[in-house]
Amino acid sequence: MILDVENLTMRFGGLTAVHAVSFQARRGEITALIGPNGAGKTTVFNCITGFYRPSEGRLTLHAAQGPVALQKLPGHRIARAGVARSFQNIRLFPGMTVLENLLVAQHNRLMAATGWGIGAVLGLSRYPAAEAAAVQLARHWLEATQLLARADDPAGALPYGAQRRLEIARAMCTEPALLCLDEPAAGLNPRESDELAALLLRIRAQGTSILLIEHDMGVVMRISDRVVVLDHGRKIADGPPAEVRADPKVIAAYLGDGDEDEAA
Amino acid sequence: MKPAAALRDAALAALVAFGLFAPLVGLRTEVAEGGLALRGRWDDVAWLCLLAFLGRFALMALAGRRLHVSVPAWLHRASRYAVPCCLGLVVVLPWLPFVERYELDLGILVLTYVMLGWGLNIVVGLAGLLDLGYVAFYAVGAYSYALLSLSFGLSFWVCLPLAGILAAFAGVLLGFPVLRLRGDYLAIVTLAFGEIIRVVLTNWVSLTGGPNGLSGIPRPGLFGLAFTSEEGGFADFFGLEYDPVHRVIFLYYLILGLALLTNWVTLRLRRQPLGRAWEALREDEIACRALGINVTVTKLTAFAIGAMFAGFAGSFFATRQAFISPESFTFIESAIILAIVVLGGMGSQLGVAIAALLLIGGTELFRDLAEWRMLIFGAAMVVIMVVRPRGLVGTRTPSIALGERRAIGGNYVSEGH
Amino acid sequence: MAYALQQLINGVSLGMIYGLIAVGYTMVYGIIGMINFAHGDVFMVGAFVSLITVLLLGIGGGAAGPGALLLVLLAAMAVTALYGWTVERVAYRPLRGSFRLAPLISAIGMSILLQNYVQVAQGARVKPTGTLVPGGVTLMQSEGFNVQFSYVQMLICVVTLGVLAGFTLLVTRTPLGRAMRACEQDRKMAALLGIDTDRIISLTFVIGAALAAVAGCMYLLRYGVIDFYIGFLAGVKAFTAAVLGGIGSLPGAVLGGLLIGLIETFWSAYFSAQYKDVAAFSILILTLVFMPTGLLGRQEVEKV
Repeated sequence: MILDVENLTMRFGGLTAVHAVSFQARRGEITALIGPNGAGKTTVFNCITGFYRPSEGRLTLHAAQGPVALQKLPGHRIARAGVARSFQNIRLFPGMTVLENLLVAQHNRLMAATGWGIGAVLGLSRYPAAEAAAVQLARHWLEATQLLARADDPAGALPYGAQRRLEIARAMCTEPALLCLDEPAAGLNPRESDELAALLLRIRAQGTSILLIEHDMGVVMRISDRVVVLDHGRKIADGPPAEVRADPKVIAAYLGDGDEDEAA
Repeated sequence: MKPAAALRDAALAALVAFGLFAPLVGLRTEVAEGGLALRGRWDDVAWLCLLAFLGRFALMALAGRRLHVSVPAWLHRASRYAVPCCLGLVVVLPWLPFVERYELDLGILVLTYVMLGWGLNIVVGLAGLLDLGYVAFYAVGAYSYALLSLSFGLSFWVCLPLAGILAAFAGVLLGFPVLRLRGDYLAIVTLAFGEIIRVVLTNWVSLTGGPNGLSGIPRPGLFGLAFTSEEGGFADFFGLEYDPVHRVIFLYYLILGLALLTNWVTLRLRRQPLGRAWEALREDEIACRALGINVTVTKLTAFAIGAMFAGFAGSFFATRQAFISPESFTFIESAIILAIVVLGGMGSQLGVAIAALLLIGGTELFRDLAEWRMLIFGAAMVVIMVVRPRGLVGTRTPSIALGERRAIGGNYVSEGH
Repeated sequence: MAYALQQLINGVSLGMIYGLIAVGYTMVYGIIGMINFAHGDVFMVGAFVSLITVLLLGIGGGAAGPGALLLVLLAAMAVTALYGWTVERVAYRPLRGSFRLAPLISAIGMSILLQNYVQVAQGARVKPTGTLVPGGVTLMQSEGFNVQFSYVQMLICVVTLGVLAGFTLLVTRTPLGRAMRACEQDRKMAALLGIDTDRIISLTFVIGAALAAVAGCMYLLRYGVIDFYIGFLAGVKAFTAAVLGGIGSLPGAVLGGLLIGLIETFWSAYFSAQYKDVAAFSILILTLVFMPTGLLGRQEVEKV
């Protein structure tokens, strides 16, 4: 197990966006979080990645160095604990080059190598070696995402699909234990979706667990090991893709009739 | 555009100009016997209306053929050779035949603003934090040096780092509460902070001398050699004839050295993780947080390092003038420094230097028209922004590249928050 | 007690002036999201136009009748509105949709320009006019201290409330007001629906400048002395008022203005007159840091 979500509740004022949701993401698997619009998927994500502080519940990351309670950590510590994320509306550093984007992702490691800035200014550090290693890692992910040729272009100049891939590459450069992707296939054409699926499988093969929000059911059913379904802030199903797909509650949620009793 | 339409438009502009200038220029209030009196100056109004008419007409006529200003691209290519040449010129400036005391003083003034611009560039240009109270740190540096040397007799070289540290500390003190603010709000809060410092300096008479300021601030020496005509002074030691210009030349090289130090540290930091994190912060703070960057610490280092250089510049200012008062640290100074950074092109070291030379050296040309100087300065700020909103150098050079480093167009670069 | 009552009267009448200027800041911020840095100087221009009109009408130095005062007010509003329009047209409109810092720098340049323009055109010396509206009502008397409610202060309150009432009607009841509110909500959408947003923005500046002119006129009547530099401090304080009330909120601007006026007056009366500006600046910092949406502002949620 990599992530254990227990009883997660998130309220905004009087509105309960997520209601006592519990699920687990297993190590080395791709877990998909699906549900109709407004089901609370992104809210769950924002809780896991520290952008919201949950009203109730526990989020435990079972990292290499032992369990970490994510709900207690400030945002930037969560990334250091081993959770990386992408955003539904892409958030790159558009005026920096693709390579610079990937080096910013390795900030903490590089910063330590510079002796927190001071040594580097004076030129007394292990920095050149650390930077070379960082560029090497960046190169690896640029190859994996087919962006190597555009390494020196500003990120803002990339086409949409490439920007999505770059965001994943950037997240991977933090060397996370858990990669959280918020609708990575949104706006991609079928060929790009296929490439994305292949990339995610490759990331999984390298040992990184993935938590995925996705609307493209083709992608979800093809690559997920496990699917968690949310509706109106509650979990309504949880299991392997085939099982979830056949679940009448899930079908009802997507077709929109289970709504009557909750609409009030 | 058709001439008839352009004419009509220009006539309208003249009419507006009449409405604007008739009351304020046409009727001047003057203190007379028993109160105020008005004096008509209708010829001036007529000239201004004519100017508005012709100006508007010229603009309309040119509107079809938009002049392509290709300065930045040209500047960028030439900069490879231009920078060493300019630097060489700046270094040998005191020895050039036509350079007299006045030119040296002007050079010192411009270099002080170049240094301040470079210092503020760290905060505004790189980290994207809009600071309108930068002069406060300049004041902290100046008063730190003045008070330390006057009360404890410490030498300039001991006080310089201390002033820098104190200013950096002030930077952190300001930075801490305002971390959450963005853009215009941050600008206004820093403005308020700068004004508070000035009001305190004006009213804390027992420490700062209040509006009268502090005078008799010691002059720095070179390795213990004072620039005086006495025995054991600089001139005496080297067997030269005493000349007051020696000290001016020394001050010139001192500020040049300080400015180059600022530039060197900035350029170095830009290629380091810290500098990249600043720029990433300017581009997208939320993404930074998601990548594990401690946004608080990164912002504070930008404030602190920027403030430190202002502190250095402040102690230089104090030692050069030998007299400081709150008058020198008004909001307008902050506005000038910010204007230098933005007009130069945010983040561009070369642009900042050029902008400082243009704005400070340029307005110096109007020195004899004291009242007009700031009027022209304000108008220049508006005009340059309208013509080149991205500043003189609107491109960004990447800090690292796999292949060749290519400048990034300004339309991709964020302006910060 | 009597002393406090007097301060209350002084504070409210000062606050009305700040409130009038603050409305201009808040309107512009609401509609194009920028701080119109030159607004304080537009207020100063309003005060100067009032002064010049007073001299033109030959009522300087003596008591002025209501007709003459109305004329002064209207002249100041008309000329200052033209200044507001020109500032927007020259310094802000060409920069719309460009780099976000550019309008701010342009606005700072405009502020320096206006200040020095008035200095060059009208001279740097302060301009005393003497009392234009003398007299007042003694409200109460205790221990030799007279609580005065001067006619000027009454005039300020009445005019300000009248102008603000008219302005509120304009914003809430007219098609123009509806268009303005639409632009404030979503400028792009308003443009798609056929609203000429450039015109609406121009009108916003015109109205804001006219209100600032009223404030300038009131300032002149109240203090009887002006100079080219009054715009900076008044501007910062009015901006503080707008922020304190919640930027973008019109009633907030007036409420903020009153609060700033009261705080400043009481601070000078009971603590230290030298540090009265520190009080205003500190409130500005504290509000922005701890309550960035102000008293009546809308909550903004950080979207991820």
